[in-house]
Amino acid sequence: MTSDEPRIDRAQFGLAVVLALVGLYTIVDARGLNVGFGDPIGPRVFPYVIGTFMVVLAVLLAVATARGDVPQAEEGEDIDLTTPPDWLTVGKLVGILVLNLLLVNVLGWAITGALLFAGCAWALGSRTLLRDLLVGAVMAVASWYFFYSGLGVPLSPGILDGIL
Amino acid sequence: MDTLNLLLDGFAGALTLENLLYAAIGVLLGTFVGVLPGIGPAMALALLLPVTYGLDATQALIMFAGIYYGGMYGGSTTSILLNTPGESASVMTAIEGNKMAKKGRAAQALATAAIGSFIAGTIGTLLVAFFTPTIATWAVEIGAPTYFAIMLLAMVLVSSVLGASRLRGFIALAIGLTIGLVGLDASTAQARLTGGSLELADGIDIVVVAVGVFAIGEALWTAAHLRRRPIDVIPVGRPFMGRDDWRRSWAPWLRGTALGFPFGALPAGGAETPTFLSYITERKLAARRGGSNEFGEGAIEGVAGPEAANNASAAGMFVPLLALGLPVTATASILLAAMQKYGIVPGPTLMTDQPDLIWTLLASLLIGNTLLLVINLPLAPVWAKLLRVPRPQLYAGILFFACLGAYSVGQSSFDLLLLLVFGCLGFAIRRFGIPVLPLILGVILGPLMEVKMREALDLSGGAVSGLFNEPLAIFVYVLVVLAVVVPPLIARYRPPALLEHHDQHHDEEVS
Repeated sequence: MTSDEPRIDRAQFGLAVVLALVGLYTIVDARGLNVGFGDPIGPRVFPYVIGTFMVVLAVLLAVATARGDVPQAEEGEDIDLTTPPDWLTVGKLVGILVLNLLLVNVLGWAITGALLFAGCAWALGSRTLLRDLLVGAVMAVASWYFFYSGLGVPLSPGILDGIL
Repeated sequence: MDTLNLLLDGFAGALTLENLLYAAIGVLLGTFVGVLPGIGPAMALALLLPVTYGLDATQALIMFAGIYYGGMYGGSTTSILLNTPGESASVMTAIEGNKMAKKGRAAQALATAAIGSFIAGTIGTLLVAFFTPTIATWAVEIGAPTYFAIMLLAMVLVSSVLGASRLRGFIALAIGLTIGLVGLDASTAQARLTGGSLELADGIDIVVVAVGVFAIGEALWTAAHLRRRPIDVIPVGRPFMGRDDWRRSWAPWLRGTALGFPFGALPAGGAETPTFLSYITERKLAARRGGSNEFGEGAIEGVAGPEAANNASAAGMFVPLLALGLPVTATASILLAAMQKYGIVPGPTLMTDQPDLIWTLLASLLIGNTLLLVINLPLAPVWAKLLRVPRPQLYAGILFFACLGAYSVGQSSFDLLLLLVFGCLGFAIRRFGIPVLPLILGVILGPLMEVKMREALDLSGGAVSGLFNEPLAIFVYVLVVLAVVVPPLIARYRPPALLEHHDQHHDEEVS
């Protein structure tokens, strides 16, 4: 905040481009909509307004960034902003979440849920893999039964169909 | 007297053994989740929403009320025992609260927070019960143009008044509005922004957006910047207060309530401003009294006032939500979405359509608030232990429950994909300092706003004048203009004081 030389956050240009593209897509997408005969407004106007608003904001963001505007990243109880971001851990977590969504209907929540918990704990630095797997399995099976019998929502049983 | 009778009827509806049980479970779950670092009341509510799926509307509302108050109290426990507060509303509590805890007065700090929250919540809920019917009868009269204008006002206020950067507030709003567009257009049933995907035709469930942005985003963001040093949690016994603490707390509780309620009822009021004002007021009053001014070293007034203001503003939020169907906080947005799931449409007609439900909700807010006091004072040491859960397991657990919640909405792995996409969005907005609240509000208000806009313009045959043909609407537009113009002027005066605080706060944290 107090440093003298202007610091430019280049990633913000990237954000501005993404926002502009989203805004343009919103406008283009709305052009394909049909407006009914007796409908004075139709489904196009609102997306047009929002898309234009988005593009304007993207331009403003790019201008602000060029002028040295830097974001104030969010702080929190467990967050230490003095270190550079740890992309490896984030990548591992995203990978585990993707695995979970690919496998949940095949293996069932009771199994993927357990793997999800243990995997995330491992990615975040836990070294008690066996215990995490056990805790995860208990949580996953318990939540499956809670949803099944308590709430009447059958989560995917997967390969354990008939066993659970 | 009429209101009182209706409220008593509400109690009759809420006070069955079964309902009390749901309220108690709600309070316990809410506090449990709220105590966990990084989870505020809105996220607690979003995460716990699936738990209420099997219940009927009344029981679900009762449980929401418990979760809501529990989540808020959990947040203040965290900020007192672990200096760094997770949500903006607890920043002021943490300043004096953590100092008190370090001086060995954690028990008193937690007690004044709990009792202050109880008093403010009770007064606030009673005020809601008295104000909402009046506003609702008035609100029935207002037409689509005014409604449109009021929603615009809420959006502009939330985006421009709160947060450090107005530009980023509006960016968050635009992102939210765009998400709200996805799905079939309400009147012509044409798909918008779905990219041909059938799964997106139903629109995006706000629970998936909220859980993704709040929970997954938070977990990923924390993973990228995880504090590796051990955390310093102050142990605490059973909360209690001495005679002197009571003497010093009661006035700040009431002043905090008086500040918090009106701000909570206003769009963009939120809890940030009243907690800040309450803290400043108490500090000034203490300085004027002279004598033993403890401010800066753990003054109980500095916990009592902001905590009461926080809870009173949380109650105030129900006035626009119930009377106008207008959510003004992230928590209110999720409550609104939850009510919509049960086919309840908040708005001026709600009071006349489903009076039983509303009075039961208000009564259960009072019950939830009381249970909070009864349950949480003895349980405080247990909650404090939760703060010691190792961080890898804690965030793994948050990810687990977030996925469980999103998956249970429709048992489809597509929802999990959406969840991940919104998690990445949540990560990005934290990285770029974009606030969450305008985004959530945009998702939920955007579709409602479009309906009102088209209603108003249909009547005028498409002429733009259709949006301006009510005097009240013009008045609200004037407010919208003021909301855009005035904050930069105020900003010249207010931020220095706020910044000074934050800096002070940080210096001490480092030392």
